[in-house]
Amino acid sequence: MQNKRIVFVGVGGQGNLLITRLLGEASLAKGIPALVSEIHGMAQRGGIVESAVVMGNVSSPIVAEGEADILVGFEPMETLRAIGKVRKDGLVLTNTAPLPPFTVSIGQGSYPDLELILNLLRSKVDRMFTLNAKGLAETAGSLQSLNMVLLGGLIGLDHLDIGPGEMKETISSNTKKSFLEANLKAFDLGWEEVNHEVQSAGPEPVS
Amino acid sequence: MHKLMTDTPGKKLFILGNEAIARGALEAGVSFVTCYPGTPSSEIPLQFYQLTRETDIYFEYSVNEKVALEVGAGAAATGLRTLVTMKHVGVNVAADPLMTLAYVGVKGGMVIVTADDPSLFSSQNEQDNRYYARLSGLPMLEPTTIQELKDLTAQAFDLSETMGLPVFVRTTTRLNHMRGSVDLGPLKPVAGKMRFEKDPFSKVTVPAVSRRLHQVLLSRQELALQAAETGNINQILGSGELGIVANGIAFNYVRDAINDLDLGERTSLLKLAFSHPLPRDLCLKFLQQVEQVLVVEELEPIVEQELKALAQENGLGLSIRGKGVGGLSRLFEYNPALVRQAVAEGFGLEYHAPEKIDSSDIPDLPQRPPNLCPGCPHRATYHEVKQVYGQDAVYPTDIGCYTLGLLPPISMADFLICMGSSVSSACGFAQAAEQKVVAFIGDSTFFHSGLTGLVNAVHNRHNFTLVILDNGTTAMTGHQPHPGVDGQPLDWNRRRVSIEQAVRGLGVDDVHLIKPFAVRKSIETIRATYEHQGVSVIISQEVCPLFARATRTQKPKKPYFVDHDRCRNHRDCVRQLACPAIYLDEEQVRIDEAMCVGCALCAQICPERAIRPVKTSSEAETPDA
Repeated sequence: MQNKRIVFVGVGGQGNLLITRLLGEASLAKGIPALVSEIHGMAQRGGIVESAVVMGNVSSPIVAEGEADILVGFEPMETLRAIGKVRKDGLVLTNTAPLPPFTVSIGQGSYPDLELILNLLRSKVDRMFTLNAKGLAETAGSLQSLNMVLLGGLIGLDHLDIGPGEMKETISSNTKKSFLEANLKAFDLGWEEVNHEVQSAGPEPVS
Repeated sequence: MHKLMTDTPGKKLFILGNEAIARGALEAGVSFVTCYPGTPSSEIPLQFYQLTRETDIYFEYSVNEKVALEVGAGAAATGLRTLVTMKHVGVNVAADPLMTLAYVGVKGGMVIVTADDPSLFSSQNEQDNRYYARLSGLPMLEPTTIQELKDLTAQAFDLSETMGLPVFVRTTTRLNHMRGSVDLGPLKPVAGKMRFEKDPFSKVTVPAVSRRLHQVLLSRQELALQAAETGNINQILGSGELGIVANGIAFNYVRDAINDLDLGERTSLLKLAFSHPLPRDLCLKFLQQVEQVLVVEELEPIVEQELKALAQENGLGLSIRGKGVGGLSRLFEYNPALVRQAVAEGFGLEYHAPEKIDSSDIPDLPQRPPNLCPGCPHRATYHEVKQVYGQDAVYPTDIGCYTLGLLPPISMADFLICMGSSVSSACGFAQAAEQKVVAFIGDSTFFHSGLTGLVNAVHNRHNFTLVILDNGTTAMTGHQPHPGVDGQPLDWNRRRVSIEQAVRGLGVDDVHLIKPFAVRKSIETIRATYEHQGVSVIISQEVCPLFARATRTQKPKKPYFVDHDRCRNHRDCVRQLACPAIYLDEEQVRIDEAMCVGCALCAQICPERAIRPVKTSSEAETPDA
């Protein structure tokens, strides 16, 4: 397969380190070399947490500005802030449920209109996919499985050589029993919504 | 069983860089591990902390890096294989024993991990600790891949014993926190107690001994040089005319750049993974096989300068460049695109970076800095101290989660340079500045390097208040224990050292304990220190809520909600506390029940008493202890 660079951006506590690790594990299980880069430490206290997965014949674990094939955003404004990470012909998958930073509450700036954010995002890349990951996680039975909704959506893009069954195997072997049902359901909900959109849009234009 | 104890050579594990380092030490039969935690090194000792019940390896969280190195020195002098880990600035703290331990040397292999942090992801500076190898004369390995993190750590123990010297393994954040697949080797058994062989005239560094030991160090460096020249740790890859030298994580960026620019045939790549002492013969061979050289090293131009000197000594006139080519800077970390651009520019190659997304029409977005957690007791303590000392007082601060008190609306951090500097710099401010002085330090940081500053303050009769934020754990780096913690919930059977007794024992007379979530009472207690002449200490005791949740040491409390029949939108809660659980929705204050941990700080400062616990909304009480 071609080399793939995927960048995940979210807010501390949303669980993006877990899904980057799971994606890396699934990739290796499939025989595709993978490296993951994580941010630990101060940023995890409610700040922005960025992580990356690179798959294929790549030595560098991090992804430079403008070089991600896929950007997965856990929070719409943070997706917009990180939009420079993705290639012009890349893909964006974003959660649409806002999580305003505390700076907004204390009057330092205002949270932009959600439609404005989504329209700006759409204008920047060839293809964008949205998920109400918070809503779908609630439907799945646990707000904490928001990350699994997005992982489902990412696999649903049909852009990586990892199928939903393979991904779910990795999730199953790495998740505590009590969370597993909600996690798999959340994954499915994300996968179905995105994959439906991908299928109905027809084949991807050759780049 | 801990995954790092998997004894199946050849098996692959998908692990974090820091886990790979720990595994390397296990494969070398490490028997003694000390550290002080600090990003990006913290997950190395974490593995041994988790392993304490599974192995006979002695492990401790030492009070600071100097102590960690000295404790390790005793073990290595006896003959045990010893690992000592710290972040880059920790080596500053350990620099005193380091410099002379290099003279004395070791019997059991000793590996010192220095985890540097280019771009300052979680540090106060981005110093380049490769200089410490030069300053101390000790050998330094710089792994470049996840596999080398394991393999070179293991090899470093052998090298250390061969040379009789501690060996540095230097990493940077991106290596520590990368995750990849590692091929396992066999585990080695752990050694137990052995007899210490006395040899005072080689180990007691009086001047006469040290004069000789300095010579011994230089001769041991010769052994190290041979190892750097002849082993397979350093490598020349390729035989093209374009020379590139790289170390650490940057080696990967160079490899990708060579691929991306299709330069495979034209380049010679020198990987310096055993970077000190510089393998002069190998470097000379490299310089002679290429026509020009680009050095790709993050931070300081150390190898660049050493190669230039080597070329000059050998009458070589080829161009050797590094800093200043493309974006190669002494500032911050590199990345694949920056290195690709620099390689192209350095060698005059045609290269057009891919067009990037134009983000000029994206409006200014509100910032999202890290913040104290919901229910963090530091927020309460800061609020209470501010009620007494106001915005005008000078607030020296220290290193930990509470450094976030820098940000509005708390804005109570005025000076910070290193661990422990809150207490000592407060002595200076108290003498030099006209304002009142209140210093903040965390519990773990107090044991790390606050004690000596406090003795200084008492003895010299300095006049300030020290607030010790005792949340029962080393929170920022991942909840490690420290001497002041209750080890019971952690099953960590070490003796607890009371902060209060320590403070009183150091001669502080004016000592106060507060429970910061009892707001009114805490403010009264803090007020008592305002006119006190001399050193006052306030110990603010409340467990970190993340730690309490992880160890289940506190019953979960009911979350709070805003009763909109009572709320008159003063928004004191929002403006003064900036708790992540409190937010505005259509101009109304609300509390996110999922985030609220029920600390009741906001409930106590609400002038309308409109914030009340969920489910008991029919009762009209406000909890104010």
